[in-house]
Amino acid sequence: MNRQKLQRVLVTSASSVLAIIVALVICAVILLITGKDPVKAYSTLFGAAGETKVLQGMLNRATPLMISAAAVAIGFKMNLFNIGVEGQMRVALLSTAVIGGAVDLPAPLHIAFCFIVAMASGALWSGIAGWLKVKRNVNEVISTIMLNFIALSVVAWSFDTFFRLDKEGESTSLLVKTKDLPRSAWFPDLVDRRLNGMLIVAIVILILFWVLVWKTKFGFQLRASGANSGAARATGVNPKRMVFISMLISGALAGLVGMRALMGDVHAYQNNLAEQQGFNGIAVALLGRNHPVGIFFSALLFGFLGEASGRLQLEDIPKEIVTIMTGIIVLAVVIINEAVKRWDDRRIQRRAAAMVEAAA
Amino acid sequence: MSEQAQARGDFAVELRGITKTFPGVIANHDVNLSVRPGTIHAIGGETGAGKSTLMKTLYGMHQPDEGSITVDGVTSTFRSPTDAIAAGIGMVHQHFMLADNLTITENIILGNEPTTSRGRIDFAAAHARIGELMTTLGVDFDLDAPVSSLGVGQRQRVEILKVLYRGARILILDEPTAVLVPQEVIELFVTLKRLVAEGATVIFISHKLDEVLANCDEITVIRQGTTVARTSPRETDRRGLAELMVGGDLPDPSGRDTHVRDSVLLEVAAVDVAGTAVGSKLALDQVSLRVRSGEIVGIAGVEGNGQFELCEAILGLVPTVRGSVSMGGRDISHTPTRERINAGLSYIPFDRHREGLLLDAPLWENTFLGREDNRRLTSGLFTRRRAIEADSRAIIDRFGVRTPSEQVPAFALSGGNQQKLVVGREMASDPKVLLAAHPTRGVDVGAQAAIWDELRRARDNGLGVLLVSADLEELIGLSDTILVMYDGRITAQLDPAEATPEMLGTYMTGEVQGARA
Repeated sequence: MNRQKLQRVLVTSASSVLAIIVALVICAVILLITGKDPVKAYSTLFGAAGETKVLQGMLNRATPLMISAAAVAIGFKMNLFNIGVEGQMRVALLSTAVIGGAVDLPAPLHIAFCFIVAMASGALWSGIAGWLKVKRNVNEVISTIMLNFIALSVVAWSFDTFFRLDKEGESTSLLVKTKDLPRSAWFPDLVDRRLNGMLIVAIVILILFWVLVWKTKFGFQLRASGANSGAARATGVNPKRMVFISMLISGALAGLVGMRALMGDVHAYQNNLAEQQGFNGIAVALLGRNHPVGIFFSALLFGFLGEASGRLQLEDIPKEIVTIMTGIIVLAVVIINEAVKRWDDRRIQRRAAAMVEAAA
Repeated sequence: MSEQAQARGDFAVELRGITKTFPGVIANHDVNLSVRPGTIHAIGGETGAGKSTLMKTLYGMHQPDEGSITVDGVTSTFRSPTDAIAAGIGMVHQHFMLADNLTITENIILGNEPTTSRGRIDFAAAHARIGELMTTLGVDFDLDAPVSSLGVGQRQRVEILKVLYRGARILILDEPTAVLVPQEVIELFVTLKRLVAEGATVIFISHKLDEVLANCDEITVIRQGTTVARTSPRETDRRGLAELMVGGDLPDPSGRDTHVRDSVLLEVAAVDVAGTAVGSKLALDQVSLRVRSGEIVGIAGVEGNGQFELCEAILGLVPTVRGSVSMGGRDISHTPTRERINAGLSYIPFDRHREGLLLDAPLWENTFLGREDNRRLTSGLFTRRRAIEADSRAIIDRFGVRTPSEQVPAFALSGGNQQKLVVGREMASDPKVLLAAHPTRGVDVGAQAAIWDELRRARDNGLGVLLVSADLEELIGLSDTILVMYDGRITAQLDPAEATPEMLGTYMTGEVQGARA
């Protein structure tokens, strides 16, 4: 790695770490105001890091976050803000539970089939937003937010009307489900009942994401279109096509977000399955700077905070402090990244000018 | 008039020892400027010499690191343009700051509306005041007409009215003639001379020697960020002034003795392109032209008369309604842009920031842009980072792009170096046909000479060039044939050996058409 690249990596990671520290400080102030002891809160929170069970839970929680952050990040690379990962994930969850549950295949094939169904249904839903953007110039932020509401309602309604198992009403449980997936569609655990194998899939997705975006012609054209669509267009890259394709890829990844919960845990659809994991991916992508390595670590952090937050209640500290912390981290990331970028841009410009002058 | 001012012995504007540094750009170093009241004072210098930086300092858009500003004998610090306006300074920007959908009156009073006792806008008072100003300027507008109905020259007059309405007695005009055709330039100076006769002071920024010499009372020359001379049209001539600006010999665009070959590389035949608005007239109307091997065909015209659409149509970025485009005898009217590029079409775009560069991306990605199908740089679906970087270094070396390395982001380079990079990229794939839009716009003299050299060398090797330029000397110097575009049509074909800038200007206004086609 040459020096310039190393510097870039250092500056980028430093600004994310700084954002986390700022968020911790602000949360400490909030805790003090509410009369809680921040030192105790943080030692409880981070003290949990030593326990295997917490670490396994962290990895389980990080798995869908990695995938959903990748879905968001590929949109960002094309200058698209796909807020609709949550809705795309919901559509994929129900259709995979239903379609995947209706077929009978040998295990590896069945899992692959479920993945394809999930990706296709996620892409179908994001494709609507992509189509609206390309054909009617509808801002994708608006259309994906609206499509989230529609997805939530349509999925809940059709689940309730057609697919819930205890429709006859013999159960009073709120956690009504669809029919269980056949065992051949269950995604195997790495550590029995503790750590699901979807983690490997998520890591592979991050690697493929990296290869696609940084190592292929397509990825270059995607980034070029995102960075300056006018310049990309002038070289014959059709920006509309790139918008549509990246929306499809984003939706296909969004479709996979809920698969750890569906295929690796509950094995049936229920309405709160994988809830919020699509939205949380946005925060992870922001903190991870849309880069696979950054996404990996920020997914671990968010997974850890989510897993360890339960401990706080034992110390009579509301676990919502973790939700607040997450929100502040996102805000801090956005603000600090921008500030650091400006500082770094000036630094680079100064250095370039100085070296040119020295050469002249 | 200037004798009068001398007799009074004081200055309307006096800048002493102004220094302003920015990272990466030539700013100002120890600049001294003294402008007598009631004169037109030119600030002359090459693009990038620091003229605009200096004027921004005077207009309060940024603060100098060192030095003092004295206006009418009062030394002041301008924290913002508001302070400068209060001191009686007004700025007419190169890019007009007018709202198209508002009327002339509304534009002029915007931000300074006179109100009646009941708090409404007092249009009667506004009209009366603007009426007086129009008499002073010697112009006459229908004040209730929308600004969108005005031509470029008229808009500029409205900008001047706006500045005067705010009470400015010292006017800064930043390259006001860049957007005007020669006839409009003459009208502008008639207006400015009336203004100074009324006691106003005009600071006129320009790099055009002829208009400076013909119209200004005094000239301050800036070179590489510092003032190098103060002179007047009586003391110098065209050559002398040019050498002061450049600091040495002038580059020369000419270099005829060309060998235009027979083979036609690019043929545009009776092409129509629709206008952007629904129901508007054609953006290109029956445009035909040919570029042969070893030939440079120049396109002259006021910007916005179809040159952009012509390039877009040849590239396949806008659909043609009628007519055909062919390269090397092959009809490419329906070929996708990327295939046209791969077949040897290159494009130096009109605006390098909007269409030419990825400013945040490193140079090696910028030199790769548009060349993703180059076998040397990619293998299959994958890019070859090392090969791309090596290729980028080669382009940087060959075209003399001044940069620490190919890893630097494009925004860190100066305008001239960015342009050299774009030119280098477009020439790197040995194109057959080059569409060059303003290839040397906004670059320093050294870069200009380097770019001209490359164009000439490639032409001698058989490249066909379609050269769109606003620099008439460049057009006359480089072209083998000059076509004039007006209102979406090609209205004249001229021989550069006989053409003069004045003559081209006449054709560009659309008043004269025809000639040999």
